[in-house]
Amino acid sequence: MKANTATDKATDSVPTLKTGAQCVIDGLVKAGCEVLFGYPGGAVLDIFNALYDAPFQFVLARHEQGAVHMADGYARATGKPGCCLVTSGPGATNTVTGLATACMDGIPLVCVCGQVALNMIGNDAFQEADVIGITRPVTKHNFLVRDVDELPDIIARAFYIATTGKPGPVVIDLPKNIQKQKTASVPPETVTMRAYHPDVPVNPPEIAQFAELINHASRPLLYVGGGVIAGNASDELAALAHTANIPVCTTLMGLGAFPEDDPLALRMVGMHGSVAANYAVDHCDLLISAGARFDDRVTGKVSAFASKAKIVHIDIDRSSIGKSVRTDLGVQGYLVPVLQAVLPFVKPAEHTEWLEQVNRWKERFPFVYPAPEGVLMPQFVIEQIYAVSKGRAVITTDVGQNQMWATQFYRYTRPRTFISSGGLGTMGFGLPASIGVQFGRKGEPVVCITGDGGVQMNFQELVVAVEHRLPIVVVILNNGYLGMVRQWQELFYSKRYSGVMLSQHGRLPNEHVEDAPAYLPDFVKMAEAHGARTCRVTNPGEVAAALSEAFAHPATWVIECIVSPEANVYPMIPPGQHVAEMINRTV
Amino acid sequence: MKHIINCLVENQPGVLARIVGLISGRGYNIETLNVGPTEDPTVSKMTIVVPGDAHVIAQVTHQLSKQVDVIEVVDMTNRRHLDRELLLVRVATQNHHARAEIVDLAALFMARVVAVQEESVTIQMVGNQETVADFLRLLRPYTIIDISRTGVIAVGREAVERPAKR
Ligand SMILES: Cc1ncc(C[n+]2csc(CCOP(=O)(O)OP(=O)(O)O)c2C)c(N)n1
Repeated sequence: MKANTATDKATDSVPTLKTGAQCVIDGLVKAGCEVLFGYPGGAVLDIFNALYDAPFQFVLARHEQGAVHMADGYARATGKPGCCLVTSGPGATNTVTGLATACMDGIPLVCVCGQVALNMIGNDAFQEADVIGITRPVTKHNFLVRDVDELPDIIARAFYIATTGKPGPVVIDLPKNIQKQKTASVPPETVTMRAYHPDVPVNPPEIAQFAELINHASRPLLYVGGGVIAGNASDELAALAHTANIPVCTTLMGLGAFPEDDPLALRMVGMHGSVAANYAVDHCDLLISAGARFDDRVTGKVSAFASKAKIVHIDIDRSSIGKSVRTDLGVQGYLVPVLQAVLPFVKPAEHTEWLEQVNRWKERFPFVYPAPEGVLMPQFVIEQIYAVSKGRAVITTDVGQNQMWATQFYRYTRPRTFISSGGLGTMGFGLPASIGVQFGRKGEPVVCITGDGGVQMNFQELVVAVEHRLPIVVVILNNGYLGMVRQWQELFYSKRYSGVMLSQHGRLPNEHVEDAPAYLPDFVKMAEAHGARTCRVTNPGEVAAALSEAFAHPATWVIECIVSPEANVYPMIPPGQHVAEMINRTV
Repeated sequence: MKHIINCLVENQPGVLARIVGLISGRGYNIETLNVGPTEDPTVSKMTIVVPGDAHVIAQVTHQLSKQVDVIEVVDMTNRRHLDRELLLVRVATQNHHARAEIVDLAALFMARVVAVQEESVTIQMVGNQETVADFLRLLRPYTIIDISRTGVIAVGREAVERPAKR
């Protein structure tokens, strides 16, 4: 895999020699890097030295996990690859959760990790870790650089791999001595790899079959995932839906791929999805999966999923097709060319009866919640965020109830406006991701909806938002519990609340902090300590004013909402079950 | 059912670990695994025997094909192919009689005696998986002291439509 060395190329001029560290900076520039998130250390000092003169911005996170989530948020919000840089050993191992989060959701990232010098590898040297071994299952690919002459090529390949096919994170493990060595190698003009061919040509017989299935269906349904967003295929998707009047439900990752205010939108499907979407899956006679992967949080009981339907699965990842559910037709390819190819063969259709049926479900079963007089309900907070932001905010979420309410009570009408950890469900994602989002989408309102549990997992990153004057509004739904886990304990473990209590209420005497407020830590004081503007909201009447104040005074804000402690997310299809078992307690 | 999967990969450090980790990380079993060079020094061939139903094998082949360092994946099982395994087995020969029987048996399987000691013989045998299994079954009445098996390698008997990797 030895790269062309520039000595072959630049025979007639004196080759300019660059250090490995400089190659990293140049490689990032060439890849279009605007902002690099990271954290320094002994094994990357040379790169940080070269970074001093780099033409792009460096953002110092406060934990390497935060840095990776920032790069991830940036990538999700812009569609461009996120970039991060960390040191060897603990720096690199701290990235693992972030890489796994990005890998599960197919997010393009390139993460450069310092490594001990090549001759020290394997010696249990100071701050050595087998980063290639540790990150292998949580990356799309990783490289250990063994020769400085290969470095420019490896960087170009890393970006190519990260951004093509099903995107994903790529790690470059870069020994310290190579950062210092000099090379005449230059990056390749185009990347070609013998064993990696992300281009998938459209297959006409498959398209013909696909069109045939659409034209013969009487109750078709589009089931749309993050692939539509990753593949920038929203317009083609909308064209297909509108041509044949096909209702559309989305996965968590697909929120925003199809406008939720469109009459054909059924909103999210799955465990906490809308009744209409789940009923539609159960009743449709053709399920067209576009860029979704039949996650168990969507399918529930696989054998009963879409049992009356033929299933068409369009995916760039061949291994996704038929992995979880039976598939009648698999179409491997990028969504834009596949949908463009099928559209001319799709006959306009009304599907009047089917749409009437679907609309009856929509009217009868909207997302609702009980709202006792004067009680601050978490769902109400989300509705107010929607109202005050006029639906124009980019929303990031953490994981748990806050995430599910954010899907139900805000409406997503544009791609890349709902940013959330889907596949891995990583608590602590929301706050750092919102920082990356804001770097990618300057001037747009960004709201991070998070829980009192998850926000503590990466609270330290708040200072990054403050330093960079990012007008992010962090809304903490403080219910005093690890709410989603408490909900499962309430429903499936006879309310035996074990290890989920965050507030001081009802704690064992030996854990109770004397003379302390009920809610510890005091998030308002924490926000102040990080230099953010902040307020605490305890009743429904204050929410709109607090949000308006935050939007009117651009700054990093933390709004802590003390919400009803035992509110639940409904509807809920219990794990592994069929839509018939749906729990829907709305009063 | 067992499947024999041939896999051409970039001959680079770390590729073997990646393939093994991929298969075991998804909860599938590797029965035997062989790696060797090919006529092209930059390419290695792996022969992997994986037990599993059609769904498992489809997942394994698709997941393998997806790897950045995997050039080609072919499930040999449903194609015309030859597969062979090399067996070295040392069997105790308590008496002259037992030795004669074992040597006879080896001859029936076209196996060769490669070493003879006072109280044992060592036999080398090449065959496909079933033949090796049959031979070992017939050796069972004797005392087997040691066994080493290479695991299966396989080669197609007709051209493969390329590229198998899509
Ligand atoms: C890193 C991590 N650890 C544990 C979990 C399991 N988990 C899922 S939701 C949840 C509770 C989240 O509580 P909180 O952040 O307060 O949000 P809420 O559900 O109350 O909105 C937990 C512990 C997880 N998803 N991620």
